[in-house]
Amino acid sequence: MAAVLHSAPRFASNAGVKDALSAALGDMLLSAKEAHGEVVLTVKRESIEDALRLLRDEHSYQQLLEMAGVDYPQRAERFEVVYMLLSLTKNHRVMVKVSTDEATPVPSVTTLWPNAGWLEREVFDMYGVLFDGNTDLRRILTDYGFEGHPFRKDFPLTGYHELRYSEEEKRVVYEPVELAQDFRSFDFMSPWEGAEYILPGDEKADTPPVDEPKTTESTKQIGAGDKADDKAAKGTEADPPKMDDKKEEGE
Amino acid sequence: MSDMQIETSPTTTGEEITNYTINFGPQHPAAHGVLRMVMELDGEIIERIDPHVGLLHRGTEKLIEHKTYLQALPYFDRLDYCSPLAMEHSYVLAIEKLMNVEVPIRAQYLRVLFAELTRICNHMLNIGAHVMDVGAMTPNLWVFELREDCMNFFERMSGARMHHAYLRPGGVHQDVPLKLLTDIGDWVDGRLPELFGDAMSLVMDNRIFKQRNVDIAVVSKEDAVKWGFSGPMIRAAGIPWDIRKSQPYEVYDRMEFDIPVGTNSDCYDRFMVRVKEVYESAKIIKQCLAEIPEGPIASSDRKVSPPKRGEMKQSMEALIHHFKLYTEGFHVPAGEVYVATESPKGEFGVYLVSDGSNKPYRCKIRPTAFSHLQAMDFMCKGHMLPDATAILGAIDVVFGECDR
Repeated sequence: MAAVLHSAPRFASNAGVKDALSAALGDMLLSAKEAHGEVVLTVKRESIEDALRLLRDEHSYQQLLEMAGVDYPQRAERFEVVYMLLSLTKNHRVMVKVSTDEATPVPSVTTLWPNAGWLEREVFDMYGVLFDGNTDLRRILTDYGFEGHPFRKDFPLTGYHELRYSEEEKRVVYEPVELAQDFRSFDFMSPWEGAEYILPGDEKADTPPVDEPKTTESTKQIGAGDKADDKAAKGTEADPPKMDDKKEEGE
Repeated sequence: MSDMQIETSPTTTGEEITNYTINFGPQHPAAHGVLRMVMELDGEIIERIDPHVGLLHRGTEKLIEHKTYLQALPYFDRLDYCSPLAMEHSYVLAIEKLMNVEVPIRAQYLRVLFAELTRICNHMLNIGAHVMDVGAMTPNLWVFELREDCMNFFERMSGARMHHAYLRPGGVHQDVPLKLLTDIGDWVDGRLPELFGDAMSLVMDNRIFKQRNVDIAVVSKEDAVKWGFSGPMIRAAGIPWDIRKSQPYEVYDRMEFDIPVGTNSDCYDRFMVRVKEVYESAKIIKQCLAEIPEGPIASSDRKVSPPKRGEMKQSMEALIHHFKLYTEGFHVPAGEVYVATESPKGEFGVYLVSDGSNKPYRCKIRPTAFSHLQAMDFMCKGHMLPDATAILGAIDVVFGECDR
C-alpha cells in the first residue's frame, strides 16, 4: 500500500479489521474491501438490521453518524444506502452498504438508533428508497407537496417546477420551469482522449474520392478574366496604381 | 374524610381541556433561521415537537455533482455560514484523502490557525445568540465586537469576510502577510480574553441565566451516543470525544489543548463547554503562531494546485497547467471516502464518491445539526414552552448546513 501523504483525520489502524468483521458477519456479508483507508462492508439487504446490531453490540460501533444514498442507474439494483458507523471506544470508522431498487424496501434501523429516523427519511426523500419498519417515512428536505426524488441521476438539475410571488394573486404560485437559456453541461473530455461524440467536420474524413476532382485552374472556373486584370493595372484617375513609382523612390 | 370534597373551579366545570398545537416559526427570532416546529402543548408543557426542516434546502449536493471539484468548493462556505472554513476543511481533506496529496506544513498550520479562529467566530455568534434567546442583551453586543474582529482577520486572509474559499485541495489559496499573524497574536493575547471575559462574567453566574439553563434538557451519556450527538453536545454529556484529539488531522497532533467536558449534560453545560472551547482555541492559535514555519502554502504537484502568476509569465508549461486546472479541473481517482472533522458545531462529514472524472459522482454532506435537531422532541418533552428556545440555542443550529 502506498504511503499515506494526506493529512485527513487519522483514526485507529485498519489492520485486520476487514478480516475480523468479515468473519463475524459470516454469510450476511456479500463483499468487503479496504480502499483509500476506508473499510467498506457490503451486506445482504434483508440482514442489514442484524448486521448493524452485531457491529453495534459486539464490535462496539456505537454511533450511526450518517446514512447516504447513492444512485447508480446502470445497475440492476440502482440504489446504494451507505451507513457510516463510528466506534467511540475503538476510535474507528467503517462503512456498511446495502443495495436496493425503487420497489424493494430496506429494513429500517430505527430499532437500533433513534436518529436513523431522519436519516432514512432523507434517503427516502432524495432517492425514493423505501424503509420497511420506519413508521414516519415522510419527506423531510423538499417542499410540502413535492413530487419526485430530486437526487436521482435522471432528475434534472433545474427541476420541473419553480415558484414565485405573484403580485396579481397575492400569493406564491408554482409554475413549470422556464429557462431563459438552455442548461449547459460542459464536457471537458479531450477529443484526443477517446471522446465518444463526433466533432463538427469529422463526418467528412471518410467521404470517398470523387471521379473528377474540383480544380480552379482555368479562368472560367475561377471567374476572373484577363480583362479585369488589365483594368486594375490602369487604375482610376483618383487612385492611379503607384506600386512601381514607390519601388523607385524606395531604391 | 369521605365527606371532604375538592372544590372545583367555577370556570372549568364541564369543560374539557385538550392539548393544543402551535407553530413555532418558520419566522421566529429564536428559531435561528428557518425552522418550523409543530408543538403539541399541554398548557405550557411541551408534549411533542415535530421539527420541520428543509425550508432552506437548496440541493447543494446535487449542484456539486454538476461542478468540478474546485468549483464545488465555495458551496461549502454557504452551508454553515457561521463557520465557513470548517466546512471547507472536511471537503478538501476528503479530496486529498482520495488523491493522497501531501499538504505543505505551512499550509497545514494556516489551516489549523484559521479553523480555530473560525471556531471562536462561530462560538461568539452562538454564545451571543443563546444568551439573547434567554433574555440578556448586552453580552451579545459585546461578543459581536469580537466576531467583527474575526471577520476583519478573515477579510485580510482571503479578501472575503464570510465566504472565503480559502482552503484548496493541496493547500490554501494564498499566503498571509506577517502583519496579519502578529495582529492575530495581539488580539488573542489582549482584546479577546479581556472582552470575552467581561461578557461572560455577566452571564456565567447570572441567576436568571442559570434558572433558564441549568437542568434543562438533560441527556444521559447513553442517549447522547445513541442519538448520534457530536461536538459540544456530546462533550457536555461528559464524553471526552473530540475528533481533533482522537483522530488528529493536519497538525492537531502537535497542539497542546484540553477538551472541556460537562458534568450535568444540560443546556448550561453545553454553553460552558463552548465558553471553555474559546479559550482552548486561543491556546491553539498561539501555538500555531509560535510554530508556523516558512515555506510553500500549496502542493507543488501541478496536477492539483495551480502555479503562481509570476511563473505563468515565464513558463509555457505553467500556463498549460493553469488553463487545464481552471477549465477541466483535476481528475480524482475512483473510490469513496468519508472524512469527518471537528467543526465548531460537531462532526461535519463529507462522503465523497468519485468515478475517476473531474466531477464528484456523489457528495453527501453530514450536517451536525441533523442529529441534534432530531433529538429536540425527546429533549423538550416535559419542559415548558420558553425552554424550547434555550434548548435550541444550546444546540447551535444553522440552517444553511442543516438543510443544505
